[in-house]
Amino acid sequence: MTSLQLKLTRKDPLSPRITRFRFEHPRAAELPAFSGGAHVMVEMRDGERLHRNAYSLISDPSDRTGYEIAVQREDGGRGGSRFMHGQTRIGMVMNIGLPVNLFALDLTARKHLLIAGGVGVTPFLAQIPQLARLGAAYELHYAVRRREELAALPLLPAGAAVHVHVGAEGRRLDLAALLAAQPLGTHLYVCASERMIRAARETALAQGWPQEAVHSEQFLAPAPGEPFEVHCAASDRTLSVGAEQSLLEALEAAGIETPWLCRGGACGQCETAVLACDGSIEHRDHWLEPAERASRIMPCVSRFRGRLLTIDR
Amino acid sequence: MTTVPPSPAIASRPRHAPLVPRPCGAALMVADQAGAAALLTLAGAAPGIMSRTTVLLCAAGGMAGAIRAQNPARLVQIASTAELPAALDAALRDARMGLHMFLAGSEGLIGQARAIAMAAGLPAGAIQSEHRGTMARRMQCVHCKTIAEEVATDPYDCPGCGRALFVRDHFSRRIGAFQGVCVDAETPGERPRPVEIRA
Repeated sequence: MTSLQLKLTRKDPLSPRITRFRFEHPRAAELPAFSGGAHVMVEMRDGERLHRNAYSLISDPSDRTGYEIAVQREDGGRGGSRFMHGQTRIGMVMNIGLPVNLFALDLTARKHLLIAGGVGVTPFLAQIPQLARLGAAYELHYAVRRREELAALPLLPAGAAVHVHVGAEGRRLDLAALLAAQPLGTHLYVCASERMIRAARETALAQGWPQEAVHSEQFLAPAPGEPFEVHCAASDRTLSVGAEQSLLEALEAAGIETPWLCRGGACGQCETAVLACDGSIEHRDHWLEPAERASRIMPCVSRFRGRLLTIDR
Repeated sequence: MTTVPPSPAIASRPRHAPLVPRPCGAALMVADQAGAAALLTLAGAAPGIMSRTTVLLCAAGGMAGAIRAQNPARLVQIASTAELPAALDAALRDARMGLHMFLAGSEGLIGQARAIAMAAGLPAGAIQSEHRGTMARRMQCVHCKTIAEEVATDPYDCPGCGRALFVRDHFSRRIGAFQGVCVDAETPGERPRPVEIRA
């Protein structure tokens, strides 16, 4: 995994819970190019703990002088976002992974319909300048519960095609009506809560949208759970996965090589064969097909409950 | 009914399968005389769909009554595939995402209708096709670009440049035609005897 050592140069609160961070090269060198929808993995050394969180890049892809991300503080989370808000200081040098795009625009689309739920607006902040430059037809629907959560509005370019939906003001997004009114060749992109993504996908497919025109992204954070034991057959070692730890983190702590990219159940890199399972796997990823779940596990987000799990690592 | 197995060598060879109902906001069905029966089977499997369906029949006057009896929202009849572009443009002009297209009949009808619909923005995943009737193909000469309709033999003589053309499984989705390549380029005059296209 290749990464860059970048300096934190700005930290701007955008809303009560969302802060924008800007990273630049310590010697002001140009950064690798990225496309709208890309994310970076941010490494946080938090005392004994190492957090690695994926954040979508929100800056204009044509700006090669810095990478910007927006982080929503999750007080009930595992600590990564709290570290970003509370422990980072301007001038600090942090390890930032190279940009990876799992949510790229399909440029064959006639129109791009972007649906953001709350902080899910982040990938669209980089895609909109790209679409505007291409002269492509697009529409952003930005749905939040309360008006103060519209943190991204000031970051959108002047004249952006944005429709705001504030639930508390009785202006909820009418997905069925919106999707039914789209011209041929429209692609749908949804970045939101799991519930909203499911609703958008189900509505689109029920209306006859083909799968290829429906895109979504949601990074899961590994949820804490019961500690469990795992036997790694290839390395012939048995590990304990702590309550606050993911299986992937336990493998890394033991020095067992496991490929990864998103660490959020979306990209498929860490897919691992299950050789034996005396218990039940708690699958939490968006990667495995239902039929694969008996014999595969995504160590980044999924856990195990039972006597012993044997995996091919 | 003939379902053509994909040639293992040529990835672009269109794959056809029996039409199956799918959730859709509206439907556009296109068939020729042989394909219309596939639409009747589909209508039988998904009775609710016809009230949201435009049916476009191409040189299939004999099936118009049976299709009309299914009460489609609209029935349009055209005399030949030459009228297909104008008829499809009209049907797709105000279409919205959620439209599903069902094509049934010859390779020529299917290929041409699919190319027009995709040029109008309809995603490939919203188009189903079932091959019925003739094995003849719609061919494009790769040398002079002339399109020949209903080519029944391999090789065939290009109506544009006169070359004897080998009927390939290579298919252009954009043009909606198989590709015909000069069969005797290496050995001028040595042409295999034309045989009927059977798959």
